[in-house]
Amino acid sequence: MSAVIEEHHDHHDHKPTGIGRWLFSTNHKDIGTMYLWFSFIMFFIGGALALVIRAELFEPGLQFVEPELFNQLTTLHGLIMVFGVIMPAFVGLANWMIPMMIGAPDMALPRMNNWSFWLLPGAFGLLIASLVMSLMGMGSAPNFGWTFYAPLSTTYGPASTDYFIFSVHMMGISSIMGAINIIATIMNMRAPGMTYMKMPIFVWTWFITAYLLIAVMPVLAGVVTMMLTDRHFGTSFFNAAGGGDPVLFQHVFWFFGHPEVYIMILPSFGIISQIVPTFARKKIFGYSSMVYATASIAFLSFIVWAHHMFTTGMPVAGELFFMYATMLIAVPTGVKVFNWVSTMWRGSLSFETPMLFAIAFIFLFTIGGFTGLMLCIVPADFQYHDTYFVVAHFHYVLVTGAAFGIMAGVYYWIPKWTGNMYDETLGKWHFWLSVISVNVLFFPMHFLGLAGMPRRIPDYSLQFAEFNAVASIGAFVFGFTQLIFLYNVIKTARGKTSVKATSQVWEGAEGLEWTLPSPAPFHSFTTPPQVK
Amino acid sequence: MSAAIRVAGLISLLLFSAQSMAGYQLNMKPGVTSFSQGAYEIHTMVMWICVAIGVVVFGAMLYSIINHRKSKGAVASDFHESTALELAWTIVPFLILIVMAIPATRILLDMEDVSNPDLSIKITGYQWKWNYDYNVGENAQDISFFSNITTPDALHKSTNGGVAKDKDYLIEVDKKLVIPTNKKIRLLITSNDVIHAWWVPAFGVKKDAIPGFINESWINVPEPGIYRGKCAELCGANHGFMPVVVEAKSEADYNAWIASQKAVATAAAASANKTWTKEDLMAQGEKVYATTCAACHQASGAGIPNVFPALKGSAIATGPVAKHLNIVLHGVTGTAMQAFAGQMNDADLAAVITYERNAWGNNTGDMVQPSDVKAAR
Repeated sequence: MSAVIEEHHDHHDHKPTGIGRWLFSTNHKDIGTMYLWFSFIMFFIGGALALVIRAELFEPGLQFVEPELFNQLTTLHGLIMVFGVIMPAFVGLANWMIPMMIGAPDMALPRMNNWSFWLLPGAFGLLIASLVMSLMGMGSAPNFGWTFYAPLSTTYGPASTDYFIFSVHMMGISSIMGAINIIATIMNMRAPGMTYMKMPIFVWTWFITAYLLIAVMPVLAGVVTMMLTDRHFGTSFFNAAGGGDPVLFQHVFWFFGHPEVYIMILPSFGIISQIVPTFARKKIFGYSSMVYATASIAFLSFIVWAHHMFTTGMPVAGELFFMYATMLIAVPTGVKVFNWVSTMWRGSLSFETPMLFAIAFIFLFTIGGFTGLMLCIVPADFQYHDTYFVVAHFHYVLVTGAAFGIMAGVYYWIPKWTGNMYDETLGKWHFWLSVISVNVLFFPMHFLGLAGMPRRIPDYSLQFAEFNAVASIGAFVFGFTQLIFLYNVIKTARGKTSVKATSQVWEGAEGLEWTLPSPAPFHSFTTPPQVK
Repeated sequence: MSAAIRVAGLISLLLFSAQSMAGYQLNMKPGVTSFSQGAYEIHTMVMWICVAIGVVVFGAMLYSIINHRKSKGAVASDFHESTALELAWTIVPFLILIVMAIPATRILLDMEDVSNPDLSIKITGYQWKWNYDYNVGENAQDISFFSNITTPDALHKSTNGGVAKDKDYLIEVDKKLVIPTNKKIRLLITSNDVIHAWWVPAFGVKKDAIPGFINESWINVPEPGIYRGKCAELCGANHGFMPVVVEAKSEADYNAWIASQKAVATAAAASANKTWTKEDLMAQGEKVYATTCAACHQASGAGIPNVFPALKGSAIATGPVAKHLNIVLHGVTGTAMQAFAGQMNDADLAAVITYERNAWGNNTGDMVQPSDVKAAR
């Protein structure tokens, strides 16, 4: 026994071996890696569903899927991308980077960290099993859209709705535990001298995101539990025939759902705020206003939920309140964009792949922000609501926003994780093909929505044919381009690239994580660094 | 190589064949009502403000990308704080928002004023059709009918190929909502099952149809014409197949239409009291089946495995008449099978049940008369 302990002391970088290393891991780096790979796999599954959808929508008529299956595909695509791709990728990045950025040896609650990851394969296994069973001819997968409005999901939901409810409960527990862990780590484990206002912006954005998660994931758990009791235990929360209110569902769902939107973007704001100063070789512009802007966005996210519901027949006073409150979000969001641009201004810019993705993020996320501003104007929203204009809007903020932020972060930090520089040529191919095709894919959707095409329809009348065909071509190019990303990541992880990364990695990089060797040792900062 | 040529040909076809079918519409249309024109006005204004902000912000970024690059020898400055700038870009956007909010509020308050209508129409969403009921409020008329898509074959992969992809594809209905021009019409919108949304872009009206609740909106259409829209809220499998078509007529034409509808209703009431021949029942039943039942149970009676049960050879359609009649009248709770007692008259119900019991080899030989339906209600 003592020999084992001694050996452990002798070899600082000792790693457990075999499958046990992953199953029982309490190491923030291994758990971060698992989160990122999980997210990557889900990205390809959710993407494959999207390509079936775009294939069906390539031309008028039903060619590949029945309408019933089409609805299952849109539902699963949305759920997988939101809960299985964006959120786990952010938690993976938080696991890897937050301890290294604040000079902590690991996350504060390592065993809970393990549990919160290992809930996810179960949750998504259950969800995807419902689609597999549907394809095998046994019932229907969830078919009510990722927003699962009652009574379509309650009285009229397929049997697999119960799989969905259990799956959402597991995802929720996982997210809440992840958020508790991140808050505990940031509050308790910062290196001496690292005051709150010295934390890297990525840490700040995740700190605020974690509070949002703790506040709203229980609301999501509540709404699915109300669904469950409506379906099986005779309650009528959402059933008008029993004295309930279908619109109550939407209020509760969006009270979760709107903060959720910011949960899916704030960590990307953080990533961009790390990358832009590095490649501008200049300090971030307006550090404290960045922090205050993030906090303001988080606060406002709680008082704007009903802007998703303008057509439900709200009182006019309610419509006005939610319109004005939503407009206010443009102010702190604008501050962030102006700060990024000012960080670049009179810097010394270079354009490696992380910076390219970051610049594309600022351009394209801002376009998504503009359409968001248009959508909050109630009279115009009556025309935009539930059309492809909305689909274009949220794909601009989630794909070219959240997902581009994650891709930028992966290229930025992968040399630190693996000790190898990624293949810059492949990175540039990945970037340019993605940024062109993603606009071919989503930009025409604005036009489709303005011309009157509703979302979530498997077939359409002829006036929408042209732009749908264009969007589908963009979708296939964008989808297959991501294989370049996968190949580049695998190549880098396996050390097949010729260039080894230095500890600094990027000329302009600053922060504690860049003082560690590359790859970062299995146990880092076992003695805390001193921050001046 | 030939594949490449075909792809190129397809793309050029997409790009240049558009004019003939009004494709490539880029922007919202102003529409015909004060709402839709208000929405268009505020949409245009906010869009151009966004474009202007975009030009400034993206312009600054592009200038920086072009001129402040390391490869051109740019050296980073220490410019990372400026209280004046930060105040400016907090206050100026706030003022711009106020400029947007004022007209938005004015237009919205006008839209929400449903007082003093000339006429009311109740619109009820069903999976997957609309019911229009004129028998409410001021100037009530005893007229109520369902509006179905004209091409139920378009709803399924196996039969979709046989439907012409012409200008009417997925946008035509059997009975249009008919309204008079230049009258303030109050719309009372609700649902029988799940949430739908009644939307006509040219009117700027999109309102959710919610079971158990009645939403209000209003329209005043100045020009006679046909106006098209769709269900905008996901309402199940055939959400994409419940078009809205409104026909606005001049007051004289509208009154003539009201009279003709009443004559049709009188004839239908008379037919409910007579005894039908089997041929007549089958002929009428086939028509009713095609518009009301085929969307789920299929024209072939085969249903969709695991989703909608088959009627061909089914225990219900070949078993006791009373049970069959009961299911059609009262529906099956928790499934898409609705209660049709309130949706169809006795004659149509008798005809369609007779049809279901004798079509596709079901050959029960049974005949159901309107009087049987009346007794079973």
